Amino acid sequence: MTQVTLSGLTKIFDQKSPPAVDNLDLEIESGKLTALLGPSGCGKTTTMKMIAGLLRPTAGDILFDGDSILSIKPEERGAVMVFQNYLLFPYMNIADNIGFGLKMRKVNKKEIRSRVQDMLDLVQLPGFEDRKPNQLSGGQQQRIALARALIVQPNVLLLDEPLSNLDAHLRDEMRVLIRRIQTEMGITTVFVTHDQEEAVVLADKVALLFDGRLQQFDAPDSFYDTPNTVDIATFFGGTNFIPGYYLDGTITTDIGVFDAPNSLVPEGDAVLSIRPEAVDLGEGGENSVSGTVLSHVYAGRYARFQIRIGDIEIEAVTEPGQVKLFADGDNIPVKFDPDKIWVLGPNTAEQPAATTG
Amino acid sequence: MTTAPAPLPGIAPRTIGRTTLRWAGIMGLLAFLVAPMVPLFIWSISFRWFYPDILPSEYSARAWEQVISPTNNVIGATGQTTLIALLCTVLSVLLGVPAGRALGLHNFKGKRIVEVLILAPIIVPGLAVVLGIDTMFIRYGLSGNILGVTLVHLVPTLPYMTLVMSGVYANYDVDYELQARSLGAGRWATQRYVTLPAVFPGVVVGALFTFLISWSQYVLTLLIGDGQVETLPILLFNFARSEPAIAGALSVVFILPGILVLLLSSKYLSGDSAAVGGIGNI
Ligand SMILES: Nc1ncnc2c1ncn2[C@@H]1O[C@H](COP(=O)(O)OP(=O)(O)OP(=O)(O)O)[C@@H](O)[C@H]1O
Ligand SMILES: [Mg+2]
Repeated sequence: MTQVTLSGLTKIFDQKSPPAVDNLDLEIESGKLTALLGPSGCGKTTTMKMIAGLLRPTAGDILFDGDSILSIKPEERGAVMVFQNYLLFPYMNIADNIGFGLKMRKVNKKEIRSRVQDMLDLVQLPGFEDRKPNQLSGGQQQRIALARALIVQPNVLLLDEPLSNLDAHLRDEMRVLIRRIQTEMGITTVFVTHDQEEAVVLADKVALLFDGRLQQFDAPDSFYDTPNTVDIATFFGGTNFIPGYYLDGTITTDIGVFDAPNSLVPEGDAVLSIRPEAVDLGEGGENSVSGTVLSHVYAGRYARFQIRIGDIEIEAVTEPGQVKLFADGDNIPVKFDPDKIWVLGPNTAEQPAATTG
Repeated sequence: MTTAPAPLPGIAPRTIGRTTLRWAGIMGLLAFLVAPMVPLFIWSISFRWFYPDILPSEYSARAWEQVISPTNNVIGATGQTTLIALLCTVLSVLLGVPAGRALGLHNFKGKRIVEVLILAPIIVPGLAVVLGIDTMFIRYGLSGNILGVTLVHLVPTLPYMTLVMSGVYANYDVDYELQARSLGAGRWATQRYVTLPAVFPGVVVGALFTFLISWSQYVLTLLIGDGQVETLPILLFNFARSEPAIAGALSVVFILPGILVLLLSSKYLSGDSAAVGGIGNI
């Protein structure tokens, strides 16, 4: 079990462009599955390579269980990285690929053979020993790459987009597999993805990166309920934003004044955010305003409404039973549940999270 | 070359059909290369051969006796040519592989200039280059001996080897090395188990052709060897005018390594090896 700490970790490839990884502080818990989430080019792979010892940081430190490991060679770090494009050695068969790490550790041939078998069973590809990598599908190669890393029983497992090349069905299967193996072996695992849904489904904690900077490091649901910035809320998607002015637990907007008791931003310009599920249609009283139904879509287990309030359009998601209650063009009361209103600062630059350190 | 269909995943390629086609190709190429040598061989065993006869009217083994006889130093020259070509190949591999790696993998300031400079000895005629360095070689005692000749052969071979290897490395993903390191391989183990197998076909093909380039040098050997270093091409030219029969026999000896190289490298040239793609970059 290993706890991984990144402290002020920075990588500058080239002085003319901004840092690929910028002053990153992260506490990766021992034995947990942590997702490194962010759009393409935000520095995820670069961060993983630095943890694995395959790339020298420009500044900052990496600690395993409190000790700096910067001077330890990659082959001795006990951190194994599985690359985005699997990189199975093309001229070795599958058995030799999986057994590579053990061969490097001078494990005897007989034991290697039996452990390779175990690994093939684990990733559900028994009987593939003698195939060459180019005779495998992308998904199979990805599973072999995972087996090749797991066989050495690493303290830290670094998975770079392990599910990116799989179809939806295989992806679900692999998610379950990764989660199961990770829990069983208790390996500290960092797992890169640019898909927020995947991060949320799979990880114990999610670190969100934009442009090499940490935006938020939290439990998955926090990104939906209490995002740090408008950018983060936008990245996770599906939220209504209404600009306004925040003062003492109340936000004043063009369409009305709302109680927002849970919000933490200072007084000033702000953005009210409320998820479509937290908008109650047809309910009056406190925190409610009057809106017009523009359109609605019945989508099986829920119904989705477009509502206009003043000059603003919002989205509401309700129980399917409510579809019949409102027709397009109806004027209805619309209530924002005060506990579910989350107020954000006006723009990213002024957010504390973006200027950490 | 052969246009066998790409193997379906999970199904072994139809090796028999491919091998047959490959050998047919090689045989065709050999016939094409050997055909011009047939008259040379006939020259070497002819005694009288006058127009308009298709074949000589009288045969003789004299030319081959001359080739074997110590007086003409053919065996010595063959040994000397081989030694120089081997030395030259070893040096070209030792210097050209790392240089090719640097050129193929890394982007650095002035890379374009280095590339052009490397091509220079290939573009500028060897003669001009040698005339330039001849006086320097004389001053450092490198004129008229095997060492000097070997070094001057590097002028065409080293750029060649470097270019082949830069092509090989341009198609090579260094992340394979990082992956190996991460899985527990040290620097040496990584080179041995990951890098070497990937670039090996390129090194072999480059080395074989380097050997041939050195083997067939005439002008460079003549100038730097200063008449002291007698290689097969030198001998061959000496006989070309005066003794066509002996020249014919020598030519047969002279082209043997070329045919051997072709056979040895055919495995890599027509194989599925990724590294061969690099040769297309020249
Ligand atoms: N070797 C390198 N030299 C120069 N710049 C690099 C190098 N590797 C990465 N970069 C730059 O650093 C930034 C981060 O790259 P990185 O590969 O870490 O992104 P990523 O988050 O993994 O993206 P993706 O999701 O597309 O894989 C990018 O702007 C990239 O162009
Ligand atoms: Mg990446």
